Amino acid sequence: MSVIYILWLREVKRYFRSRAQIVASLGQPVLYLIAFGFGMGPIFQKAGYGSYRQFMAPGIIGMSVLFMSIFSGISLLFDRQFGFLKETLVAPVPRLQIMLGRTLGSATSAMVQGSLVFAVCLIAGFRPVNFATVPIAFCFMAMIAIMFTALGTAIGSLLTDMQGFQLIMNFLVMPIFFLSGALYPLKNLPRAFAFVTGLDPLSYGVDGLRTVLTGSSAFGLTTDAVVIGCITVLFISVGTYFFSKIQL
Amino acid sequence: MIRVQNLVKRFGDFEAVKDISFQVERGEIFAFLGPNGAGKTTTIKMLTTLLKPTSGSVEIDGLNPASAQNEVRKRFGIVFQDPSLDTELTAYENMEIHAVLYHVPRALRIERTERLMKLFELWDRRNDPAKTFSGGMKRRLEIARSMLHTPRIIFLDEPTLGLDPQSRNQLWTHVKHLNETERVTVFLTTHYMEEAERVAQRIAIIDHGGIIALGSSAELKQQTGTETLEEAFLKLTGSAIRDESASSADALRQMAKMWSPKR
Repeated sequence: MSVIYILWLREVKRYFRSRAQIVASLGQPVLYLIAFGFGMGPIFQKAGYGSYRQFMAPGIIGMSVLFMSIFSGISLLFDRQFGFLKETLVAPVPRLQIMLGRTLGSATSAMVQGSLVFAVCLIAGFRPVNFATVPIAFCFMAMIAIMFTALGTAIGSLLTDMQGFQLIMNFLVMPIFFLSGALYPLKNLPRAFAFVTGLDPLSYGVDGLRTVLTGSSAFGLTTDAVVIGCITVLFISVGTYFFSKIQL
Repeated sequence: MIRVQNLVKRFGDFEAVKDISFQVERGEIFAFLGPNGAGKTTTIKMLTTLLKPTSGSVEIDGLNPASAQNEVRKRFGIVFQDPSLDTELTAYENMEIHAVLYHVPRALRIERTERLMKLFELWDRRNDPAKTFSGGMKRRLEIARSMLHTPRIIFLDEPTLGLDPQSRNQLWTHVKHLNETERVTVFLTTHYMEEAERVAQRIAIIDHGGIIALGSSAELKQQTGTETLEEAFLKLTGSAIRDESASSADALRQMAKMWSPKR
């Protein structure tokens, strides 16, 4: 337990010490909120879907948790290149504990980041329908965070240098975001496209957040929770497997 | 303390370590001296459970690193050739993480951390992030850290690479002191002849994966009929220059340097 705790603490400390990075990573969600919120708002309203800002805020929260989680998962690559990983891997502790400590720590940082974006959304005028269900939204954030940190760890275990980073960004992270329904409703879509969005784990995360925060749902809360739960377990297993295969 | 017999490591067709055998006694300072790419780091990796040998046997304090992995890991401390600190954390936090990873009881951890950090003249800077340290200080911190769980052996893989003569001198003084006070066995690699000569009781000269000579510095000189260890070394290994290809780590470091003003 103490091993998991100390590695969790390390990730969290590193996050809180990188203030510049925290502020910088708030820039993107703010830009989305302003550009899309104001830019697409009138059309969305005319189409009869209501306030776009209200609609997209859960998507933006989901997005920032996604980015933060995957990046901190992949930061394993930096630990590997700058050496700290070796220090943990020659220690007399099972790799599973190392992987769990890292993952939970990174996921915690991603949660904090998501909460900051949530606060930004509130400032920008977003209002949850019911404040009593906000804690459930945090549960969803936690699940999204753990799920994608584990995925990031799996990727970080496989990459050996930064060459593959752009590839992951363009062919994995961005598609996960854009196909998730963070920016548009998942209703009345062409069938093939709807199928693809259904394969995207973040769709369920964003839908869960949106259901809890705004009351509109595409899949239903139970489906969201079950799907995310299963995928989280899958990604943690895959992440643990690849992490255990790391050779120095 | 360390017993190696007919150790071989192959990577595909390439034989990095070719059938080497040697022994290191308890409390001894033993040096592996060899040019770049001679197989020093590969050997250390096999001794420290990080790499499985292709064939041959290794015993660390009577245990096999391949099967009793965790038991062996508790018994040694290691300073890698590349840095392995978390430079965003403070020196003290780096020590703390190490102690927890090695299950050092809390009271002992606090006492030993203070003692080692004072010994290595780092105590006054304990709350500064490791990224503000000089190369020599980082190295000292790594050695102090590797001693935290009272290991019986420490492995030092080219610990003085890139340090100025003052830091190198100071570092070896500390290592000798540790060897004397804690009776810790020291296994080091270097390609600085004068360091091996000054610190180590016995030296193995390794080249192209094989040990070509083994003995005290005086014995080596006598064997080759040379005046200095450097001459003995060159006579044994030839004067061809070895080029190592740049690893991906070097490329990444360069990139990080480009993007981050801190490093």
